[in-house]
Amino acid sequence: MIVAERKTIPEMVAILKEHKKVLVLGCGTCVTVCLAGGEREVSIIASALRIASRVQGLGFEVSELTIERQCDNIFIEQAAEAIEKCDAVLSTACGAGVQAIAERYPLKPVYAGLNTAFLGILEERGVWTEKCAACGDCVLDKYGGICPITRCAKHMLNGPCGGSREDRCEVRPDRACAWQLIYKRLKDIGELDKLNAITEPKNWSASLNGGPRTIIREDHRI
Amino acid sequence: MENYEPKIIAFCCHYCAYSAADLAGSSRLQYPPNVRIVRTPCTGRLEIDYYMRAFENGIDGVLVAGCEEGSCHFKDGNLLAKRRVNSIRTVLAEAGIEAERLRMVNVSAAMARPLVEYIKEMVETVRKLGPVKIKEPVNKTSTGV
Ligand code: SF4
Ligand code: SF4
Repeated sequence: MIVAERKTIPEMVAILKEHKKVLVLGCGTCVTVCLAGGEREVSIIASALRIASRVQGLGFEVSELTIERQCDNIFIEQAAEAIEKCDAVLSTACGAGVQAIAERYPLKPVYAGLNTAFLGILEERGVWTEKCAACGDCVLDKYGGICPITRCAKHMLNGPCGGSREDRCEVRPDRACAWQLIYKRLKDIGELDKLNAITEPKNWSASLNGGPRTIIREDHRI
Repeated sequence: MENYEPKIIAFCCHYCAYSAADLAGSSRLQYPPNVRIVRTPCTGRLEIDYYMRAFENGIDGVLVAGCEEGSCHFKDGNLLAKRRVNSIRTVLAEAGIEAERLRMVNVSAAMARPLVEYIKEMVETVRKLGPVKIKEPVNKTSTGV
């Protein structure tokens, strides 16, 4: 899922200060699961903005709403009335959700209330970890299902950097060395020989290259 | 300011602090009348919203009184409450309300005297801070659209 983190209330206030009627718009999907921008967090943020407004005399009139998914036009419909009524939207969706709302309402100021951080999983209660950088040319098959792009601090593709201590990464001693994990897993599943092959430099043209990436499925187009 | 009497809510757990408050009453222990006690089945029941809405609607301080750590009737409700209180103190501070206005304490049902002391401390802390400094009038809490 997409993992995000709330901006601070003073940051939100600075973003919204020119507006009066503010809608805090939550998203019921990824950001609900990572406890950053779902219904519960929207309620807390809206409440904190009302308090900040009273304390600082900002004159905000804050309303709140959470829809199922902000990155999908069909769901955005559900927020139409609330969006019409407000002067500005503070969206607590991921960056894609924020932009979907902004595209749908070209004349309405739409701001991000979260910092969208990464694609990851819940590692343990209250801890989320990055697992994939959406590089567009997945190489997990070669590394026992452990992504060296995301999980190795140096993105090493042909073995460890040599700096790990015990099983810890030298850059991030709080994290396991990805290559330690890769080696162990390949050994456990009997695929250690995969490491004999030299991996060529990765094809980065599938990522961060030439503007936004698009995927077109002709079979699904109308 | 001299006549300022803070308004404080004390959320008291049914299994400890509420009984302690009851005991304080039957033992004739005085505590300041600024505090309104709200009984909760467990401090773990207190959603973050309860604290936020209280401050949003003009309360000066909130005291949360739960069982001693390790003695929660529902195992770990008081520990959940402690984490929530700590995280909400951060949000309140960001919004411009002093974190000291929200405090959690732990008492057993027999600890009437300590509870009374905690309540007095809370009233004094808030009295020193003074009323929440407000630049615009309290609006009715707007919910939904
Ligand atoms: S190789 Fe690329 S697509 Fe595959 S998990 Fe790693 S970052 Fe994600
Ligand atoms: S110690 Fe391991 S995870 Fe860290 S940079 Fe080196 S190879 Fe990558």
